Amino acid sequence: MSTTAFEIHDMTVAYHRRPVLWDIDLQIPEGKLVGIVGPNGAGKTTLIKAALGLVPLASGKVEIYGKSYKDQRHLVGYVPQRESVDWDFPVTVRDVVLMGTYGQLGWFRRPGKSQYAVADRCLQEVGIQPLANRQIRQLSGGQQQRVFLARALAQDAQLYFLDEPFSGVDAATEAAIFELLQSLRSTSKTVLVVHHDLQTVRDYFDYVILLNMRLVACGPVETTFTNENLQKTYGGRLTILDEAAEAMRQHAK
Amino acid sequence: MTVDQPVIAALFFDGLNLSQKVMFGTALLGGISGVVGSFAVLRGRSLVGDMLAHAALPGVCLAFLIMGSRNMLGLSLGALLSGLLAIGMVSLLVHWTRTKEDAAIGIVLSTFYGMGVVLLSIIQKPHIGGNKAGLDSYLFGEPGNMLSADLVLLAVVAAVLLVIVFTFFKEFQLVSFDNDFARSQGWPTLLLDLALMASLAVVTIVGLPIVGIILMAAMIIIPASTARFWTNRLHIMLLLAGAFGAAAGVLGTKLGRGLPAGAAIVLTATGFFVLSLLLAPGRGVVSRVLAEVQLRNRIAREHLLRSLYELSESDLPKRILLPIHKLREYRHWRFLPKLLAGAVESGHVESDDETVKLTPLGLQRAAELTKAHRLWEMYLVQHAGIAADHVDRDADDVEHLLTASLLLELEHELAAEGRLPDITPEVPDSPHELGTDPKNTPSSDF
Repeated sequence: MSTTAFEIHDMTVAYHRRPVLWDIDLQIPEGKLVGIVGPNGAGKTTLIKAALGLVPLASGKVEIYGKSYKDQRHLVGYVPQRESVDWDFPVTVRDVVLMGTYGQLGWFRRPGKSQYAVADRCLQEVGIQPLANRQIRQLSGGQQQRVFLARALAQDAQLYFLDEPFSGVDAATEAAIFELLQSLRSTSKTVLVVHHDLQTVRDYFDYVILLNMRLVACGPVETTFTNENLQKTYGGRLTILDEAAEAMRQHAK
Repeated sequence: MTVDQPVIAALFFDGLNLSQKVMFGTALLGGISGVVGSFAVLRGRSLVGDMLAHAALPGVCLAFLIMGSRNMLGLSLGALLSGLLAIGMVSLLVHWTRTKEDAAIGIVLSTFYGMGVVLLSIIQKPHIGGNKAGLDSYLFGEPGNMLSADLVLLAVVAAVLLVIVFTFFKEFQLVSFDNDFARSQGWPTLLLDLALMASLAVVTIVGLPIVGIILMAAMIIIPASTARFWTNRLHIMLLLAGAFGAAAGVLGTKLGRGLPAGAAIVLTATGFFVLSLLLAPGRGVVSRVLAEVQLRNRIAREHLLRSLYELSESDLPKRILLPIHKLREYRHWRFLPKLLAGAVESGHVESDDETVKLTPLGLQRAAELTKAHRLWEMYLVQHAGIAADHVDRDADDVEHLLTASLLLELEHELAAEGRLPDITPEVPDSPHELGTDPKNTPSSDF
């Protein structure tokens, strides 16, 4: 019986009085590569942010290895979307990767030799060690994505959340990222990835979460990634609950 | 003020004459504005500094009316409260109505400022005595009004803020760069944001009597923006911003004798900014223009060599003499005589008024360039699906930036398809048997 790395109970999240995620209930066992898919506006990024405690929950709870997120921060790594950051900021590649170690450093301590060693090791692992002293603006999209990955690796976590890591990167970077995720899984780490490309879901992931404001389905790819579930996620018939949600959305506009 | 404070003032600052005090004060203010302003500028919060300065006016006036005299600490407190109230109103406006942040800031700023101007005009009526207190120095700044006590306050504030920035550097850096990531690591980002905001507010309030409301925002924004041209590391940017700010303070006061001091300081800061804009290596305008010109020259030289190669291709490996008008017919040139002169100087061609000819060195380089160009053309047609008649132009644009490793890749690919052209440049036969050094040849052959 494998351990549950990540669990959500009855979670609802609302932005500006609009429900964005509704009654989400799921369990993810340890050591799985999980794809989170759904149409635009389905709440995929919100799901991750709610799990990380970045947005308030209207109801429900999130558990990481059985405990609340607040007690388990050291077990979690995060790769946000590339657009969420100002790439003109005066930091080098190495500076950004070092930030991954700040959580363990705590207040008042500065990064020292061992943190620099960790950072360099993570830069090696994602293949951008030669770029360590570059300002981040000078990187290509794929390289920027790798910087974020290296930073997450430096967090040395058990559970990783990645928000659209494959979007807008070249084929070589995509392959490299996937290899990295596989090697993480091989050490029993759990990885959740917001993914936009339905074609590659079967190739990349063991588990899939199908999301469209409500949880449509969650489970192993073979049994869950079915046409019927995709229909429910991406289009077709609206249930009464969906119509109500749509009406509320219109009203709040 | 505590009992110790006048003692400290007497011990140190009273010993200075007015002009030294002013220099010290403007340097301190410039320095700390630069440091704190760096974070505001990097996070896009520059407008907030401006708003704080303008919104402080009614608070200053009310504090004066309440206390009946000009006490720096009291006035500063009034300014701070008024400024914070303004920030609160902006938040409310943005959250409760559809007003966007920049409009909200403009609205609140002007309203508070307007109220302040009205209060100021009331105070300046003779029976209230505002004139004597020099309260209107708050509008345009008057470092000359600085007392030792004011200087002490400024020094303490600057020291405390510097200690805070130094102690929490990595936290401020993290929160400014990636707020979400910081929060996911468990940092109290709201508190850190507030700390940065509060530092900005304190610097603004303390600086108001020195440079004035209208120009305080400039002290926060300009030294930091100037520093940005010179470095890619945050801690160096902070140091440089502090240096530029302090220098602007001192130099501005010196240069601006007889002129409104605040304006003089700000204009000096702008002077540094413009110089940096032009001259900074890498990011400055001059540097970028030079790099662009160098690139264009390199491209033009490569076009010249490639054209010469193609014009004489059928006669290879012999290097023929080409009439220049043929070159002109082949493609468009800008400043062809100058281009040819440069190529002569670098040893790639021999030329006179009428004709031009590749040297052996030039031929070799031309062959390499033509091969690279054709490889790239083929790649574009094969892999990027560009129509063959469009290729020449596209290839021209990009190929000059190819790296050797990419070229190697393309070669292998095209060779694998059996389509690599054989463009071997003329290489003269070796004058001796290969693999032996003539000096070392033993008497017998093998």
